Amino acid sequence: MKLLKRIWHWIDDRSGLSEIFLPLIKHPVPPGSKWSYVFGSATLFCLILQIITGVALALLYQPSSSGAYQSLKFITDRAAFGSVLRGIHYFGASGMIIMVGVHMMRVYITAAYKYPREMGWITGVILLFLTIAMGFTGQLLRWDSNGVWSSVVAAEQLGRIPLIGKPLARLLLGGDTIGGHSLSRFFAYHVFIIPAIIFLFLGYHIMLVFRNGISEPTKAGRLLDPKTYRQWYKDMLKKVGVPFWPYAGWRDLIFGAATIIAIIILAVVVGPPKLTQPPDPSMVYSQPKPDWYMLSIFSLFALMPPRIESYMIVIGPLLTILLLLALPFVSNKGERSPRRRPWAVFGSVCVVIFVFSLFLEGERASWSPRFKTKPLRAAQINSQDTTVISGAALFYKKGCLYCHKVNGSGGLNGPDLSHVALRLSPDQMTIRIVNGGDNMPAYGGMISNEQMQQILTFLKSCR
Amino acid sequence: MNETQENQTRRSFLVKLSTGLAAISAVIAAVPVLSSFFAPLLEKTPVQWRPVGDLSKFTVGDTMLVQFENADPETWAGVTAHTAAWLRRDTEKSFTAFSANCTHLGCPIRWEKDAQLFMCPCHGGVYYKDGSVAAGPPPKSLVKYKVRINKNQVEIQTSPVPITTISA
Repeated sequence: MKLLKRIWHWIDDRSGLSEIFLPLIKHPVPPGSKWSYVFGSATLFCLILQIITGVALALLYQPSSSGAYQSLKFITDRAAFGSVLRGIHYFGASGMIIMVGVHMMRVYITAAYKYPREMGWITGVILLFLTIAMGFTGQLLRWDSNGVWSSVVAAEQLGRIPLIGKPLARLLLGGDTIGGHSLSRFFAYHVFIIPAIIFLFLGYHIMLVFRNGISEPTKAGRLLDPKTYRQWYKDMLKKVGVPFWPYAGWRDLIFGAATIIAIIILAVVVGPPKLTQPPDPSMVYSQPKPDWYMLSIFSLFALMPPRIESYMIVIGPLLTILLLLALPFVSNKGERSPRRRPWAVFGSVCVVIFVFSLFLEGERASWSPRFKTKPLRAAQINSQDTTVISGAALFYKKGCLYCHKVNGSGGLNGPDLSHVALRLSPDQMTIRIVNGGDNMPAYGGMISNEQMQQILTFLKSCR
Repeated sequence: MNETQENQTRRSFLVKLSTGLAAISAVIAAVPVLSSFFAPLLEKTPVQWRPVGDLSKFTVGDTMLVQFENADPETWAGVTAHTAAWLRRDTEKSFTAFSANCTHLGCPIRWEKDAQLFMCPCHGGVYYKDGSVAAGPPPKSLVKYKVRINKNQVEIQTSPVPITTISA
């Protein structure tokens, strides 16, 4: 035992482990830093999990345009615990995005971005967008048909940036088209370039947490004054501060461990995202859809008025980043308590509702034609009239059912036509079919009079 | 100049020299690094004519999906070197080839033969048979590729993925 102690003392003396890390572990924190403070460290736990599972995946994954899909199939179907590994990496990414979002929301609601923690907020905003970039490039590395088309969608969005859009799109794809260089670049972005920037900013972010201390729990009416704050904080820590470990850190550890256990359970029970078709850009019968954390943006592109969309693709993200970065410069002192900052709470709730509603809309994807819709069955047509029956068949063949629902079948893009005869006259229906509308093609030149009569007869039977 | 001043001048010169040398070595090392990053902008992709089938394969009035290799297929590209277009035989001697990418966000459009429409699965973009926008968010018509008939073979000229710019 004595020998072991002597060995440890030698290692500790020469390596400086205790000297370097003990002050960090034992640094004083304000009392009352409870469960709302655990989300930053949970993000860090998720990141560590992502690094470890990412390295494990890299041992099995082939980062080449031709081999990636097959290696993913190998990882999923044949490698020992490969499916679970992919699942952990996928749910780990989801966990990291959720945790970073909640952490940011907590910092905003409790105004922890105010003096002297402005740089902590700014680096946090950068880290948020880097995390999303990691999520997106990770989705591209799932090199199936969805990955290929998602990279084209990303290139199209970059293309909207004035002047440099096309070169940026070309840089992303690694050329004029998807090809041999595409996946190598996505791999380099996801595994080297973005993580390197993350480590840089994360190191600085954590260093700032130690330098400025974690923000004390808020108290209504206690105003933050930049002139006196640092001294006040120092005195407060001296008087009532508690060592981070174990008095505050145990919560971080428990919550972080619970998060990781939840991620592993999801990976085992739900499994990784299914691979779609091979990454062949000539296979056009594909329905690309982003992972859940990009679904809100996917919805926004569908719901935005087309006239402003190209501009909003550029201005929207730019404005969001600028507003977030500007926040600590707009307000960096005064009240921090959410009780006295009702608009901050209201704004946060609105953002959550907005993003969540867009997510639900994205899940529904009402704007997408339902190509898998089957022709209407006899029970749905509910008529023995041969013209009605042939009208219903034509309604399907002309693609109307992809967008309109009739008696439980069909798409959601257009109005439900199950009872259309009760609200539109035959003349009104004719005008709409011939001329189309915002979201409907004009069928005037594409169907004969006879076909029009058949469709009208069918629609008139929809009561 | 006394000894201290001389030392100062020497030190100052050495600081400038070492900083300068470090900067030069960084710049020299950065050239190949940055050129690998910007390689796609430095290289010009060749334009190729790709055969997509014998003339007799296409019926006048029909629109077909044709698959061919892109202009610069690397040996390690695998199936990602493939690309596609929608090809219509307008008359005995003329064809129109449409890009398979929606002009909204590049998703793969499909031809609905009975409806005589191109439809996009992503955000509901719809195009008429001439490629003009029929409904949904696409800001412009489908991009057309050049087609020619060469010794009874129909050939399509390879093109970049059509990127819609903000001015579209």
